[in-house]
Amino acid sequence: MSPSATEPALLVDDLVVRFGELEAVGGVSFAVGQGEVFGLLGPNGAGKTTTIRVLTTLLPPTSGRARVAGFDVRTESLAVRASIGYIPQAISVDGALTAFENLDFYGQVTGVPRGVRRERIAQAVETMGLAPMLDRLARTLSGGMLRRLEIATALLNRPAVLFLDEPTVGLDPTARQLVWEHLQAMREEEATTILVTTHLMEEAERHCDRVGVIDRGRLVEQGEPAELLERHHSDSLEEVFTEVTGRPIGELASDEEGRLADVRAQRSVARRLG
Amino acid sequence: MSARSAASPVASAERLPAALSTGPLTRMAMGTLAMAQAEMRKLRHDHLDIITRSVQPLLWLFIFGTAVGNSRLLRLGSLEYRAYLAPGVMAQAAMFIAIFFGLAVIWERDVGQLQRLLATPLSRSSIVLGKCAGACVRALTQALLLLAVLAVARIDIRWSAVGIVGTLAMLMLGTAAFACMSMLLAAAVKERERFMGIGQLIMMPLFFASSALYPLSIMPPWLRAIATVNPLTYEVQGLRQMLVGVGGAGVVWLDFLVVGAFFAVMLWAATRAYPKAIL
Repeated sequence: MSPSATEPALLVDDLVVRFGELEAVGGVSFAVGQGEVFGLLGPNGAGKTTTIRVLTTLLPPTSGRARVAGFDVRTESLAVRASIGYIPQAISVDGALTAFENLDFYGQVTGVPRGVRRERIAQAVETMGLAPMLDRLARTLSGGMLRRLEIATALLNRPAVLFLDEPTVGLDPTARQLVWEHLQAMREEEATTILVTTHLMEEAERHCDRVGVIDRGRLVEQGEPAELLERHHSDSLEEVFTEVTGRPIGELASDEEGRLADVRAQRSVARRLG
Repeated sequence: MSARSAASPVASAERLPAALSTGPLTRMAMGTLAMAQAEMRKLRHDHLDIITRSVQPLLWLFIFGTAVGNSRLLRLGSLEYRAYLAPGVMAQAAMFIAIFFGLAVIWERDVGQLQRLLATPLSRSSIVLGKCAGACVRALTQALLLLAVLAVARIDIRWSAVGIVGTLAMLMLGTAAFACMSMLLAAAVKERERFMGIGQLIMMPLFFASSALYPLSIMPPWLRAIATVNPLTYEVQGLRQMLVGVGGAGVVWLDFLVVGAFFAVMLWAATRAYPKAIL
């Protein structure tokens, strides 16, 4: 069972994740081809982050299976972790280190051999446009720069799949645009598969090859953005979302809001990024 | 799942990702060193932190130490009380650093660093060991500063190479152990505010019920009983034996054994409880 050229970069099959009574993900299936950008869309609490946590091996699935870069998340978790880059929604670089030191650190912990580390860092810096800020402490960088730095730290091990959890949350439109431009540039160079979650429909429409709409733990629709617009006779993915879920995005049931600690962490991140 | 032949979490060799081309021990060493190096770099950017943290041990040494020394409450023969106190203060300062490392760990959970680390090929034990290494870097820097102050103040320490190396080794072992304890605590309380309170609650009794400030012989029996099972007592006794030539039982290897065993147990427990528990 070796990963062949035809095996998708990501394969999620009837994935279920339960936390006690709560079903965070209820039978999600999708596949992402190599080199594709797949957007997982949905409001906060829809199950996007939980899905990513399963795919990055942080959380074991309750049932169903998931394969990343040809490896099973349950039985080959170490190989999965060695094949991916993951940038959580919250800030993952260390503010007390410089941009270069952060790159060097993640190069070391993701197993990039010493011999090629400098070269890989130079490439990632080039791709993400970080050269002018390498010697600055990360805590002095703006939100957009921080995101680009984080993405750069996740590229050093040449991941087969890159997971970005809400990469543009808290960024102004210009910074958001810049992050996407650099991501696209990276794709052209490396043909990396990207799974990105977002609640910004417009962003998904513009930058993703295919999208999956997730709501209350279920994948309610998937396809190419243009295809979805046509199928639902809509002008925007926002309308598609309203159509398939029966309510506009942004409306939450109160039990989906998450614990205080999560909310606080999210807000403090948004504040630091903004 | 037809050929789930590899029941182990590692895939068969020919299809391994490049990051797994080195052995698990090499990866563990690399990860631990990376975290120690990051801590060292942080210190380099923020010298002030070490200075401010050194105020408290110096207050103990020069205010408390001088007062108690002048009052001659403790009969220590020809030994000056401040020399007797120095190893205790050194161990206490290191323990404070280690125990409040859990706070940093909770902070890293609240931002995304911990999730990020857990999604790398680093094993959980390397993450825990890496955190220990970080705490050791800070504790060692502070210990070296304290040794320099002792030298300048001409406090009567035995300056032997073996003694100093042994002292630093003992401090590292103790710091790593208390750092693991702090990670366990962080896994249990998960919130910064509560951690602060519980951290204090644990730290001060550990300090007072040890031989850091006074010998076991002057303690009431109940306190002596607690101090005898307190790992900090053994750490301090080991340090005191190596730095000033006075100890409790006077056997350094036993002190190393106790502190080493404490570290092993704490490392095992922390690797199991933390970091998954804190996610």
